Amino acid sequence: MTNSVTESILTVAGLNASIEGQQVVEDVSFEMLPVGVTALLGRNGVGKTSTLRAIMGLIERSGEVTIAGERVDREPTHRIVQRGVGYVPEDREVFASLTVNENLRLAERDSTPNRQLIEELFPDLIARAGQLAGTLSGGQQQMVSLARALVNDNRVLLVDEPTKGLAPLIVMDVAKALERAAQTVPVLLVEQNLQVVRMLADKAIVLEGGRVVYDGSAEELLGNEALTKELLGVA
Amino acid sequence: MSTIILLLITGLGLGALYFLVASGLSLIYGLMGVLNFAHGSFLTLGAFAGWELSRRMGGESWGTLIASMLLGMVVGAAVAAATEFLLIRRLYNRHIEQVLVTVGLALATVALFEGIWGTDPIYVTAPPWLSQTTEILGARVPNDRFLMIGAAVLVLLGIVAFLRYTRFGLIIRAGVENRSMVTALGIDVRKAFTVVFAIGGAAAGLGGVLASHYFGYVSPQLGGSLLIFAFIVTVIGGLGSLAGAAIASVVVAILQQFANYFWGGTGDLMVVLLLAVVLLVRPTGILGKKA
Repeated sequence: MTNSVTESILTVAGLNASIEGQQVVEDVSFEMLPVGVTALLGRNGVGKTSTLRAIMGLIERSGEVTIAGERVDREPTHRIVQRGVGYVPEDREVFASLTVNENLRLAERDSTPNRQLIEELFPDLIARAGQLAGTLSGGQQQMVSLARALVNDNRVLLVDEPTKGLAPLIVMDVAKALERAAQTVPVLLVEQNLQVVRMLADKAIVLEGGRVVYDGSAEELLGNEALTKELLGVA
Repeated sequence: MSTIILLLITGLGLGALYFLVASGLSLIYGLMGVLNFAHGSFLTLGAFAGWELSRRMGGESWGTLIASMLLGMVVGAAVAAATEFLLIRRLYNRHIEQVLVTVGLALATVALFEGIWGTDPIYVTAPPWLSQTTEILGARVPNDRFLMIGAAVLVLLGIVAFLRYTRFGLIIRAGVENRSMVTALGIDVRKAFTVVFAIGGAAAGLGGVLASHYFGYVSPQLGGSLLIFAFIVTVIGGLGSLAGAAIASVVVAILQQFANYFWGGTGDLMVVLLLAVVLLVRPTGILGKKA
């Protein structure tokens, strides 16, 4: 237990998950570094998003999930989050009928939220505090989604495809925000954009068919064109 | 002209009753996806609680009327919260079981009320002003309609203020849009479920007391008869939309009044036809959102 706390902030062991009876994650096991960015990679449909959702308890799952040495796999989603897990879902899922400020207020768990960090990272959001989130651009909505996770002091962040569908300029803004966030909290990042992964990730875990097929240095994986092509289908 | 005025204000009064029932139904469905067929029982119990208080305190004073309205709200809220906590909470996302349980509860409670208070209507007493009329543009409008309208407006404003200015309200608004994401922000959305049931039950309980004055009696079937129209109002307004429920309540009740007067008592038929038209033209209702 002590080793686990010092070596890994998030440990997943024998994780299985299903959606409407269909298995989407099969016997996935990995450990996540307590610092920096760990990238969870794989081709489309291999179960990356489902793995994050299973860790969060958002879909039916079995297996062990440990956060800083504490088992959380039998806990409901809100308790897992209260233990210090920030979650940025795929497709942002901002509350369109709430203002930017209301989206942030809703996410605040602590009496002293990190509003200053949000102001530094996303000054545009502060200017648009009273605007309905549904009227924001995709990039701005992604900022709201990230800000909701960063407004609290978390032990770990799970971030699902934050650059999906964004313009290249916005992609870099999001990547820089994540880089800054990763200085204070470890990030498990699902990302298709390998340029962003190269920029941010220290470690990479690759899923295939719902299983882990690579668990090691992100630099080594992405530096090996043949391996990258074999595992991810792109170079 | 005086007939039009009378039908309009009477329609607004009836619409106020529909809104008091439909507001809770709409919020409960919007947040939890639960079609609560037991909602009429909260109304009936509120009405009986108000009547019991009224007959003990003497029903002709305003103090008694206000106390009975408050008691109706408290009883409605308590029973609704208990229903959510004891029965519905175990059945989220199990829609068939929800329907079976809430329909069963509705039938069982009507039988229980009949066992306690009998099957005959019990006539209520009220402050004399309520049984008098006020002349507006030549129409002699029963005063109790003003009470209904005033109460519904206060409830609407109260719910809107609660949703807009409290944290629970924020959670409920977000939960209506995306419940799982609220949970993923570390919020125990089940507490909001109980609060929404309590709010809906309070509005229904108040509606029960007011309905007993609108119709002049309380009976075990009071809630069931209003519930049918409240469901229609909820669907026409758009499931989950409080503003939609308010608009649809007024439209349905006024249509009903006019059709009953001008087209030979066809009010109920016209309401059902309106429901069919809305479902064909705009299946999500007036202000409902697409799934």
